[in-house]
Amino acid sequence: MASELSILGRLQESQPGKGRPARPSIVQVEHPAVSTRNVNARYGSFLALRDVSISAPQGEITAIIGPSGCGKSTLLRSLNRINDLIPSFSLEGEVMLGDQNVYASEVDVASLRRRVGMLFQRPAPFPMSIYDNVVYSLRLDGRQSRGKLDEAVERCLQQTALWDEVKDRLKASATGLSGGQQQRLCLARTLAAGSDVILMDEPCAALDPISTLRIEELMRELRGKVTIIIVTHNLQQAARVSDYTAFMLMGEGRAGELVELGKTDEMFKDPVDKRTEDYITGRFG
Amino acid sequence: MPPPAGVGGGIAASSVRVAPTLLKRGRPRIADRIFGTGVSITGGIVLVVIAAMIVFLVLEGLPAMQHYGFFSFITGSRWTPSTAFPNVSHPNPYGILQFIYGTMLTSIIGMIIAVPLAVGAALVITEVAPPRIKGPLSGLVDLLAAVPSVVYGFWGIFALIPAIKPVVDFLTTTLGTVPVIGVAFQGPFFGVSYFSAGLVLAIMVLPIIAAVCREVFRSTPRNEKEAALALGATRWEMIRIAVLPRARSGIVGASLLGLGRALGETIAVTMVIGNAVLHINGSIFSQGATMSSVIANEFTEATEPFHLSALFVVGFWLLIVALIVNVIARLVVRRGVAL
Repeated sequence: MASELSILGRLQESQPGKGRPARPSIVQVEHPAVSTRNVNARYGSFLALRDVSISAPQGEITAIIGPSGCGKSTLLRSLNRINDLIPSFSLEGEVMLGDQNVYASEVDVASLRRRVGMLFQRPAPFPMSIYDNVVYSLRLDGRQSRGKLDEAVERCLQQTALWDEVKDRLKASATGLSGGQQQRLCLARTLAAGSDVILMDEPCAALDPISTLRIEELMRELRGKVTIIIVTHNLQQAARVSDYTAFMLMGEGRAGELVELGKTDEMFKDPVDKRTEDYITGRFG
Repeated sequence: MPPPAGVGGGIAASSVRVAPTLLKRGRPRIADRIFGTGVSITGGIVLVVIAAMIVFLVLEGLPAMQHYGFFSFITGSRWTPSTAFPNVSHPNPYGILQFIYGTMLTSIIGMIIAVPLAVGAALVITEVAPPRIKGPLSGLVDLLAAVPSVVYGFWGIFALIPAIKPVVDFLTTTLGTVPVIGVAFQGPFFGVSYFSAGLVLAIMVLPIIAAVCREVFRSTPRNEKEAALALGATRWEMIRIAVLPRARSGIVGASLLGLGRALGETIAVTMVIGNAVLHINGSIFSQGATMSSVIANEFTEATEPFHLSALFVVGFWLLIVALIVNVIARLVVRRGVAL
């Protein structure tokens, strides 16, 4: 990578409005898996997101970065409507899954969330066996044949590189696994549910570096099969794993705004917006 | 203890020295001593009071126990103070088995009715009700817990019993005629009964159980609820997978708290149970008495030989029953946690 020199070079000569590339600061891809249009989100009267229009390309990894309180998690959590749980939460604008508005009144929230899975900062396996955890969502559909469940467990645990570690103790409680294993189990559980979009809310924040790397490896292996949107505080992580990066910042009245969205390598090498540059070079945030 | 050699010397000629006095254990500060003594005294008083109570119960009950024999009370089920004579010690006219039966039966009826209702109410308050009415509902439950028991008893006599009479009459003529189990549902029903007492107890312990369950459910990590919902669980499926499994031992604990109150509850039960002290009645719709109700009912006019002393024996056994139930309950909770 010849990027380091060029970043340094840019830092020295960076002056607002000088030598900027002709790229737009917010790139919208064609046929995104998930997108938002002019989303304003509120907690009570507090505006948490202002006019956010973002798109996440199919089968790729989009990272959302930005300082604390900039609305990253709010944005992520409105994509599968998990924020509906917060009574004061309200949203205007459109959140699209493919060409469907997920906030349309006829949408069945449970089946939306099956398609748009989620990993949380702290892994939350259910207090039951590893096996039962993986097939939980399948059993929600009613009784399933043993063979079908067994097949799903093996496939999903293989996909998350957990199979070899747990195949001899599938009936053991999932809460006995290490943090990293639990997070991979949660990922397997989401895959078993048939999600084709997976939202990750700082999935490695509670994990050690080695477990973090394993999750990142898995994310790269899943590229092309599922669309991943990850919120992370860790800029290196965003740079390492993501194809696209969205940078958000608190704007007027502490409302979160989307500052820049583009291909990760371009953005880290050569940010369009001065504020993005300040953030990723560590001058603030 | 002096600092280990080399700690200060790691960096040569360090100006930082660990002052040896810092490592010495000095006298505790004055506030600390006052606090320690104060807590010991208050804690000690509690223990002394409890011990004094037990000793007092035993001492007062001792004349009757010596006269009739320690176990003759819990082997008999006839309570006939008028047949007690100072120089006759056999048979014991103060059998209390029917009171133990009454206490257990009313408590069990109460718990069977109250626990499911309370768990349901707590779930509604924490998970189901719209946010606007959660607060008022929650307050209502707390309010119910504050209603004095005599009010419950009064209400039981004048509102509850007339209301359940048609239902019970129907049950006695249907269930009551079924062979074997019919024995438990036979009439006639005079209103005051084990069943009425159990029902009043259910309503009394319901708010306590519901209030504790509410706090237990509320402590479900948001994380786990969201994890279930994020997998496409509906609200009920989320409750089943994320809220209830974690709350199991909490629910048992809450029920025990309610059971404790049900076992000892006196005045409301005395008002609606009928105070039939003579023998055990098999039907839940017949009149009876509990250990606490017989004490409350008779202590002012206990004039027969050993009568008052026998009532203390009842009190003593009530304490024992409550202790046994508590110990069993603790074992159940511990097992529940391990499961």
